[in-house]
Amino acid sequence: MANKSVLFKIKRQATPTSEPFWEEFELTWRPGLNVISLFMDIALNPVTRNGTPTTPINYDSNCLEEVCGSCAMLINGRARMACSALVDNLEQPLTIEPFSKFPVVRDLVVDRSVLFENLKAIKAWVPVDGTYSLGDGPRITPQVQEQSYQLSQCMSCCCCMEACPQFNESTGFVGAATIAQARLFNMHPTGKVLKDERLDALMGDGGIQECGYAQNCVEVCPKEIPLTKSISSVAGDVMKKAVLDFFRT
Amino acid sequence: MATTTPKIIIVGGGLAGLSATIKVAEAGGEVALFSLVPVKRSHSVCAQGGINSAKNLKGEGDSTWAHFDDTVYGGDFLANQGPVKRMCEMGPGIIELLDRMGVPFSRTPEGLLDFRRFGGTLFHRTAFAGATTGQQLLYALDEQVRRYESEGKVKKYEYWEFLSSVLDSQGVCRGICAMDLRSMEVVTFPADAVLIATGGVGAIFGKSTNSVVCTGSAQGALYQQGAAYGNGEMIQVHPTCIPGEDKLRLMSESARGEGGRVWVPKNPAETRAGKDVPEGDRWYFLEDKYPKYGNLVPRDIATREIHAVVHDLGLGIGGSPMVYLDLSHIDRATLDRKLGGILDIYEKFVGDDPHEVPMKIFPGMHYTMGGLWVDEDQMTNIPGLYAIGECDYSIHGANRLGANSLLSCIYAGFVAGPNAMKYAKNLAAPPENLAASFANEKNRQMQYNDLLVKNQGTENPFKLWRELGEIMSRNVTVRRFNDKLQETDAKLVELLERYRKVNLSDRSMWTNQSFLFTRQLYNMLQLARVITQGAFLRNESRGSHYKPDFPERDDANFLKTTKAFFAPDADEPRFEWEPVDVSLIQPRPRRYDTK
Repeated sequence: MANKSVLFKIKRQATPTSEPFWEEFELTWRPGLNVISLFMDIALNPVTRNGTPTTPINYDSNCLEEVCGSCAMLINGRARMACSALVDNLEQPLTIEPFSKFPVVRDLVVDRSVLFENLKAIKAWVPVDGTYSLGDGPRITPQVQEQSYQLSQCMSCCCCMEACPQFNESTGFVGAATIAQARLFNMHPTGKVLKDERLDALMGDGGIQECGYAQNCVEVCPKEIPLTKSISSVAGDVMKKAVLDFFRT
Repeated sequence: MATTTPKIIIVGGGLAGLSATIKVAEAGGEVALFSLVPVKRSHSVCAQGGINSAKNLKGEGDSTWAHFDDTVYGGDFLANQGPVKRMCEMGPGIIELLDRMGVPFSRTPEGLLDFRRFGGTLFHRTAFAGATTGQQLLYALDEQVRRYESEGKVKKYEYWEFLSSVLDSQGVCRGICAMDLRSMEVVTFPADAVLIATGGVGAIFGKSTNSVVCTGSAQGALYQQGAAYGNGEMIQVHPTCIPGEDKLRLMSESARGEGGRVWVPKNPAETRAGKDVPEGDRWYFLEDKYPKYGNLVPRDIATREIHAVVHDLGLGIGGSPMVYLDLSHIDRATLDRKLGGILDIYEKFVGDDPHEVPMKIFPGMHYTMGGLWVDEDQMTNIPGLYAIGECDYSIHGANRLGANSLLSCIYAGFVAGPNAMKYAKNLAAPPENLAASFANEKNRQMQYNDLLVKNQGTENPFKLWRELGEIMSRNVTVRRFNDKLQETDAKLVELLERYRKVNLSDRSMWTNQSFLFTRQLYNMLQLARVITQGAFLRNESRGSHYKPDFPERDDANFLKTTKAFFAPDADEPRFEWEPVDVSLIQPRPRRYDTK
């Protein structure tokens, strides 16, 4: 369907503590536009729909091909990546907002460092002895590789956390991404040496028990990572460990 | 005497930067790691097809020497050979380590690493993790660095921009000057050694396969501070990219490695859809001309052939500048297992399903073989300043082979990290006026920021950038003509002049991305002159550098490295040339149709 123009509004904010405000834009349509290219067009001519001069939009982006996880935002109310949000597939006028559950830095830029803190808490790494030569790594079957590859595609975009009803200040829930990463490292022949510590980190407040199985996470994940399967699997491990711990003490 | 714990600054958190970080932290150094973006979002994440190493797990009799020869030959003999040989020898060990770190490499039925064939070689020596190998390698290194971070050995400065190095009164690098991208505060950081790992220069060409942060601004700043820039004119145009409004998206060479075929309809007026054109009406031009290497000729050759088929023979699809890359003859399960990630990209951004229909692609700017000049220890001509990864010139000569980039980044980081530690431990005490050097550099940068944010003008920096990209892509990529190169340099001078009248519509001093970009633009313009003038002065064709007026390689006159230095009085580059060390493998004619 040939549209002459693209209409959209962006929720902007000048500083972390200032009031948000909306700006409306109207741009000439071209084939193949995504939301990022709308922002690029504004930078070339930063003027709102009614002709008021404004400033280019501030937003996180890098790869523009949905592998880096930078450009996550709310587009028409849904948590998704801006680079793969093709204008022709979206209902106009587009509504573009920053993620609502993360502190706004400016415009569409939010602070997602909580996820990186969570990854430290669950020791999301394989504890190799050192970088000196120790020969080949362990053999891994193609079937196992296909599973771990899937989980390993997580680009820390935080869409799952934005969409999750349990991810908020009062629960302190870690979110699906962190749990799926715990599963990934617990699967690895060397990584699993830290399995107990990862499971401990997911017990108690803010841990895996906060999950309410809303399943929003798996619906919005741009990489279609099996998040709810991972949460079930890890929840089972956490439960087993809690029971064994109880009988050990 | 040197301090007890060496303090090392690393700028750039891609594969090269993180590799160096790990080596330094492991050796007991303190790392301050600077990055424009959270390091796992670095451009290395985009690399798709794989990483080379001669593990010889396919019963082919591969060897690190064969890898070395393929690399030197692919580079058209322009690289100094010592580092290239060492890189190939370190290849197997690097793959083994990354495997141990948990990279989910694709596997064989026996549970070993699988290898595929890539451009410019007849051996299967490219290890891969589906079609998102760069992402997986980067994530493994990111995880290891996170471990060191949790142990207090690495401090990350993410969302910081490198502005310049701090040089003492004897020209030794003693730290950096950087800007917090949130608060826009300018701060200096002392260090015993600085490693620059700031990647490629795609933004200079407007649209490229590179990420947004790949501006070459850090290299441009260092060049203006006296760092030599090597072989800037060697720019790789990748043969198979998907054109887009916001960027050119890479369609990995691994598509051809797994059997993808490049073709055009024989009839320039063909109206049938790709999948409906029968075999007899298709011209598989790469297979035709290069029976041995077929679709896996090196990138510069594939790019020139596609360029010629479209522009000289007028056979682009429906008259447009595109050709077909066809995977539809391969079964769906294999495609998903080996190429899933890139097929997703095509489907998501173009809307067609490459399992069913041939993809439409065209060459696009992709990589720079040229970069900061370094010696065999990865040190630039500025003492204490190292360069590693795509931003250093040392490995790929006049053309890079696919899947060698990821290897060269990790190799360079693993070499430079320990070298920087050794250098730091033996570092002489700084001159007495060191504090003044830091203060002066900080003031210089703050004054520049102040001028920029207050500048009243008429020029939109993004428009200037668009003009820069258009002329560089048009005149300084696949085919180069001296008159066009001169026109380009004149245009760059004009853009630098117009830059003085740049107008920031955003004068906020909080998280001002257009301020950051405008700052980078200046360095991009200066570096663009290095690339353009270097191309002008090299009157031969070698690897990716092709001049139809000088179509042959000329070893007698040009078997040498182009070295550009900034001449501040003239405000442009001046050039020197350095002979290339070809002592291990003597140059021979580079022919992929016979070999």
